[in-house]
Amino acid sequence: MAHQIIATSRSRTGIPTGRLAVWWVVGSEIVIFGGLIASYLLNRFLHGSWAQEAAVTNTFIGGINTFWLLTSSFFVILGHAASEQKDAKKTRFWLWMTIMLGGFFMVFKAYEYATEIAHGKTIFTNNFWSFYYTATGLHGFHVLCGMVIMAIIAENDIKKERNWHRVENIGIYWHFVDVVWIFLFPLLYIAK
Amino acid sequence: MAEVAHAEVGHDEHHEPSFWSKYVFSTDHKIIGFQYLFTGMAMALIGGFFAYVFRMQLAFPGASIPFWGTLSPAAYNSLVTNHGTIMIFWVAMPVLIAAMGNFLIPLMIGCDDMVFPRINRLSYQIFLLSAIILIISFFVPGGGFGGAWTSYPPLSAEAKFNATPFGAPLWLIAVTLEIVAFLLGGINFITTTMNARAKGMKMYDIPIIVWMIVIASILFMASVGPLVAGAVMLLFDQTIGTSFFDPNAGGDPVLWQHLFWFFGHPEVYVVLLPAMGIVGEVMCTFARKKLFGYKMILFSSVGLGILSFFVWAHHQFISGVDPRATYLFTTTTLLISIPVAIMLFAYIGTLYGGSIELNTPMLFALAFIGEFLVGGVTGIWLGSSGTDIFLHDTYFVLAHFHYTFVPIAIIATFAAVYYWFPKMFGRQMNDFWGKIHFWGTIISFNGIFIPLFILGSAGQHRRIYNYQNFQDLASSNYQDMRVFATSSLIVMLVFQAVFIINFIVSLKRGKKVGNNPWKANTLEWVAPSPPPHGNFPEGMPEVYRGPYEYSVEGREKDYWPQNEPA
Repeated sequence: MAHQIIATSRSRTGIPTGRLAVWWVVGSEIVIFGGLIASYLLNRFLHGSWAQEAAVTNTFIGGINTFWLLTSSFFVILGHAASEQKDAKKTRFWLWMTIMLGGFFMVFKAYEYATEIAHGKTIFTNNFWSFYYTATGLHGFHVLCGMVIMAIIAENDIKKERNWHRVENIGIYWHFVDVVWIFLFPLLYIAK
Repeated sequence: MAEVAHAEVGHDEHHEPSFWSKYVFSTDHKIIGFQYLFTGMAMALIGGFFAYVFRMQLAFPGASIPFWGTLSPAAYNSLVTNHGTIMIFWVAMPVLIAAMGNFLIPLMIGCDDMVFPRINRLSYQIFLLSAIILIISFFVPGGGFGGAWTSYPPLSAEAKFNATPFGAPLWLIAVTLEIVAFLLGGINFITTTMNARAKGMKMYDIPIIVWMIVIASILFMASVGPLVAGAVMLLFDQTIGTSFFDPNAGGDPVLWQHLFWFFGHPEVYVVLLPAMGIVGEVMCTFARKKLFGYKMILFSSVGLGILSFFVWAHHQFISGVDPRATYLFTTTTLLISIPVAIMLFAYIGTLYGGSIELNTPMLFALAFIGEFLVGGVTGIWLGSSGTDIFLHDTYFVLAHFHYTFVPIAIIATFAAVYYWFPKMFGRQMNDFWGKIHFWGTIISFNGIFIPLFILGSAGQHRRIYNYQNFQDLASSNYQDMRVFATSSLIVMLVFQAVFIINFIVSLKRGKKVGNNPWKANTLEWVAPSPPPHGNFPEGMPEVYRGPYEYSVEGREKDYWPQNEPA
């Protein structure tokens, strides 16, 4: 960057611009997942037989995955708290812990996919499974993106002790991805 | 506010950047605005050429078309589909929201750039990529997608129906990328306006067009999500063979219609609002009057935005929607004409008693009001389910939405280009040739679509390759009207050459003007013409009053710039 841009240094609302933008990103994501979940629900009400399909999903592993994600949300808060103290070592530690739990989530999810496909439940089996793979796949993609961004922030910003506010911004996004899972888990796994 | 104090100084570093870093990979909001503007104009030429080809086929079925040759039915479908897609997604959106938003927002709110300049550049690059993918899709085996811009399954979902195994997914990918580009751009517009306004600029001191672009961006963001989800589902249906929209396998094709129109109808207002904003700015300047009912217009547009989420099923009255639901959607659809009418009346109120100067931008702004009114009023028949069942999918619908979209995407855009050209390039466009262009465009535009209203009420169905195959529609007086509409289209396209030549000649030879040739109040006229990198070399402006203080009593000058201390 050739020079500091004045626009980025202003804050008429009092909310830092980066955080404001993340909230708008979350807003736009809510309608994307909202559209998908609403489509699933409308179909679900029409097809009583989907209850048997939902019984096949592995609620136990889904529950463990919920635990990983909720714990990771707690860790990212600890990272945020450390970033407010400008403690680079601690912040990086908690960010990498969060990434690790995100990784656990992805591994368990991959195991689930593998067993379901092995039982012949693929994305083509019927529309329940189409929704299942599309919704969890889109969610998993968001988890993966969050992990990558978090790694970049940990190694590119926090290690060099700059852009501390980005920890909070990625935290907001991470919580959002969590909340999406909180909707998907009961709708796809528990509801019979 | 606490973070402001340290940085508001001029730019010290000055070095001459290369052509590539100045015009292609620039993060400067003005350059990105131009990139969107010129890409949009180039796409408009492609879309206009498509319209010429398929209108020639309808007027002279089977004849060899100059610059094209004979048109096959498959190519006809592809041209109709891509004409609609291009004009909405690659002309109206980039020109009205992205070009105007990028060029005007930082200048009008008195700062030097967007708050995320690099995301801004990324947004244009994704947009350019989407345009390239769309153009590539015309040349793949099977040709470009031909299932109409609404892309209803099962026609769009299965290659055995649409016969475009590559064109259909490429079309869908291009549209989705375009949406991503505008989500990034929209976040930038909203946060910039929220956070980077000049000192002293309060909520109601923001020029109306900035408000309109921000509200439009929020509408877009709130409505497009379900379509993104739907696009992923449709792409899976097309490419890997899921059956979200296939009724044989338990799917539901009407679901796509809901997802599409839940976006599609707010989208009308996404492009309408910036056009309304442009017209408001131009009218105040050339009527030398304060905008009539600033807050009323603002609140109406917010109400319009909220209502626009509850009207989508009026596109689906004959798609098997529950008849009881049609009452609901008829009611909301008729309600939505109220905020639009309020805005149009407020603009007429702005004109009342003003000292009106009828130059080219003002003529285009006035024409917008008149022509859009026709589009709005004919919408009342289509919004009422009873008449819509008869008129559905006829040329009446087609003429109706062209009477809304042409004023929005063409007429208002011309008003904006003629009005802000001096700011963009430091010179004025020729007013005489501008007026020639104006009358040539407006008269021929009405010549195209008035016959189509008549044909539509006579029952002429849309998306038909050759009406000679239909006994009821083949009579010679109907055919004469088709020929008349096509001739008018050719006249309209030819008159655009006047604009293009005027534009290019004025870039080099136009009358040089100072900072504020129209004696307008808003902040972009404080900056030099054209504005340099950083926009305000004499220091960032401060705002003391609203944007429309024209003809204030007791003042010597009839305008009162926002940054002038009392």
